[in-house]
Amino acid sequence: MGVRNLLIGTALAFMALFLLLPLVIVFAQALSAGFGAYLTAITDPNVGDAIWLTLIIAVIVVPANLVFGVCASWCIARFKFAGRDLLITLIDLPFSISPVIAGLLEVLLFGLNGLFGAWLSAHNIQIIFALPGMVLATLFVTFPFVAREVIPLAQEQGNDEEEAAVTLGASGLQIFWRVSLPKIRWGLFYGVLLCNARAMGEFGAVSVVSGKVFGETDTLSLAVESLYESYEIQAAFACASLLAMLALVTLVLKAALEWWHRDEIHAVRHKKAA
Amino acid sequence: MSASVARAGRRFTWRQPSILPGFAPSLTLTLVWLVFIVLAPLGVMLWFTAGLGWRGFFEVITRQRVLGDLRVSLTTAFLASFVNAGFGLLVAWVLARYEFPGRRLADALVDLPFALPTAVAGIALSTLYAPDGWIGSLLAPLGIQIAFQPAGIVVAMMFISLPFIVRTVQPVIEDLEVETEEAARLMGASALQIFMRISLPAILPSLLTGFALAFARCLGEYGSIIFIAGNKPMISEIVPLLIVAQLDQFDYQGATAIGTLMLAVSFVLLLTINLLQAWVRRRHGG
Repeated sequence: MGVRNLLIGTALAFMALFLLLPLVIVFAQALSAGFGAYLTAITDPNVGDAIWLTLIIAVIVVPANLVFGVCASWCIARFKFAGRDLLITLIDLPFSISPVIAGLLEVLLFGLNGLFGAWLSAHNIQIIFALPGMVLATLFVTFPFVAREVIPLAQEQGNDEEEAAVTLGASGLQIFWRVSLPKIRWGLFYGVLLCNARAMGEFGAVSVVSGKVFGETDTLSLAVESLYESYEIQAAFACASLLAMLALVTLVLKAALEWWHRDEIHAVRHKKAA
Repeated sequence: MSASVARAGRRFTWRQPSILPGFAPSLTLTLVWLVFIVLAPLGVMLWFTAGLGWRGFFEVITRQRVLGDLRVSLTTAFLASFVNAGFGLLVAWVLARYEFPGRRLADALVDLPFALPTAVAGIALSTLYAPDGWIGSLLAPLGIQIAFQPAGIVVAMMFISLPFIVRTVQPVIEDLEVETEEAARLMGASALQIFMRISLPAILPSLLTGFALAFARCLGEYGSIIFIAGNKPMISEIVPLLIVAQLDQFDYQGATAIGTLMLAVSFVLLLTINLLQAWVRRRHGG
């Protein structure tokens, strides 16, 4: 019993120091000048613009990843073909690439000296230091998020219901909407949840391709940096607290999903580990 | 898997026949999207690097600042992953094996670094460990400074990489057969002997996988590190920041060469991780 309590105590102390304390200090600093100052900071018009930009990016990126995830899971989990493992590895690739490189790629493609730079500037189209570049960089970074949650789940569930539906005369779309989609629904929701958190919070990739004009091309994460660098610490933490709340909501929903679907999640996780 | 073995009669065709519709359109869309968003941009970077030639490439990656920063990135990432392998194993073990009040909450908290945007983590850690911060002010009288030093990089890396180790090891611990441990105990083995001889060997492959995943994540991380690192070239500057610095100076060639170098490192790590996972599967699945 002594060892058990010592282990639990050490683990919890470590987690409190390394995980909980950073979360606590965000809110402590945000409210350090009182609630009024906090409200003033988060209702600043520039912060409002940053929130708006963050939402726009998420609204474009998340549905795109959702469609891709569904599509990839259909061909990878429902069929067996040569090169399937390679395809999964390629989809996972952005996970092992630095977000800064994601930004760099967009600069090499669309920057002034990039591949399409001359053509774009001749046609007066701006991608880098503007919304399209930030969307593309975020798309790169979040690319695997939905697919990698749905594919193992769909593989674990198998094709029996779909094949039964075909033999009963269902059309492809009917099978998808009535059989497959309900089966993978929570996996999709799970992936969307994580994808959204990353899309809204992404910093490295977006910072490379953003013009970093506070109030124009700053997302909420970039606004945190802008404010912090200009020594407006309390305002920076006020913005950070909004992102921290997003993280908390994400964690709560994730824990709830994991509780509702614990059996399936257990099966998928242990299959992955096994 | 057994179904695939049973139906593997025609393994020379590139895909097994299926009565389900929609293979061609879904695969096409997946490939097109993959090429446009991920592969083509990566190809362009490699093409730009090829344009530098071997000599140009080596000229960039052997610059003193590049080598110095690479050393900083590799050593801090290794240290952070190494320390976290210990703590991550402890956290995973406690969460998988013991029932205690607040276990579910602690389990959810492990994923915080996944969910918390890196810039937020960055300014929070920097404020905590600064000489006048909550933790920094406790360490300052002891002569220990963490923020704006290489140690700060390690702390930030430990924060962001913890879930990679815990979430890789935890399911394996949950699947360990308690019967083996009990048999060993009945035969008179001590708790330490049981852990070292029975549990740890079974966990080790997954722990190494977690270590490699954490190491890869640490190397690429940017947002949570730059606020707490001193960002002094060759001392406390990480490679991703160096890429940003090159871009800020419009040195595209430098940024591209360093980016390709990092990509190569990522590929080696990815390969290692895949091999490790295959090992885990063999060990674990039997």
